[in-house]
Amino acid sequence: MTEVEKVIISPENLVYSKPSVLTDNVMHYCPGCSHGTIHKLIAEVIDEMGIQEETIGVTPVGCSVFAYNYIDVDWQEAAHGRAPALATAIKRLLPEKYVFSYQGDGDLAAIGTGEAIHACNRGENIVMVFVNNGIYGMTGGQMAPTTLPGMPSSTCPAGRDAGRDGHPIRITEIMAQLPGTSFVTRQAVHTAAAVRKTKKALKKAFENQTAGKGTSFIEVVSTCNSGWKMTPVKANEWMEEHMFAYYPLGDVKDL
Amino acid sequence: MAKVKGAIVVDTVKCKGCGVCAANCPTDVIQLAKEVNDKGYNYAYMAKPDACIGCASCGLVCPDSCITVYRVRA
Repeated sequence: MTEVEKVIISPENLVYSKPSVLTDNVMHYCPGCSHGTIHKLIAEVIDEMGIQEETIGVTPVGCSVFAYNYIDVDWQEAAHGRAPALATAIKRLLPEKYVFSYQGDGDLAAIGTGEAIHACNRGENIVMVFVNNGIYGMTGGQMAPTTLPGMPSSTCPAGRDAGRDGHPIRITEIMAQLPGTSFVTRQAVHTAAAVRKTKKALKKAFENQTAGKGTSFIEVVSTCNSGWKMTPVKANEWMEEHMFAYYPLGDVKDL
Repeated sequence: MAKVKGAIVVDTVKCKGCGVCAANCPTDVIQLAKEVNDKGYNYAYMAKPDACIGCASCGLVCPDSCITVYRVRA
């Protein structure tokens, strides 16, 4: 460390550090995985709102199944796809708590589509975080309902053929049509600007819970660089080029 | 314009060398080290510390929250 650095690196000059709600555990995610960034943003929002003791999360099945090891709040582990159902129960029994579910696309957009849509339609006063990387990351990169046409995966190595495999599903647009949702948005975490926007959206979603506005649904378009067989930086570029064309970023509904 | 100087501290034990910070650095301060940490990852470090403006872009995008950012007005 140089003399100049020694002067700069002191507590009064601190501008950015790990939020205290995030534990010191080393995350099991692959290098460059978007899950880590999204976990951090949720932790920052909980930290800033001072609701660590009042927050209950629901973990899904998928790579983020161990989210409870990283964000230091109370958690429940749901069966595959059933996080919104469990979050509904928790919020109804403990209405003063902040409840959020955290699910991937294999969990929310495939096996759990029914639970997710009905929770949004009932307007449960919860936050739903939906991490969409277009693939089943945990089980080896199989095709998911969200896989893009032409996008290769381990079960469609030549790319998804929409005629044979069907079309990718835009869950967020579906949720926006339901009367129970109050805030539906699609964000990403590949650049500093995108990270700031996602954090703002998460904060708004948690604040909506205080106001009792109904379901807040936040999709985060993400990468799975291991599943996509790319470097983390290349995966981010591929996502900007291809994923954003089919999954455009921005607020879909904001009441 | 007041000159702003920054510096980062990377938790080299936790860093997985994904390189997302380096790709997001507006002044190309960060590179991946030739050396590896205990897990075999080429961790990030300040290759050009003089160019750092302490914007915290690297910290924001770091998936493993291993970058701490400091900034001072010189």
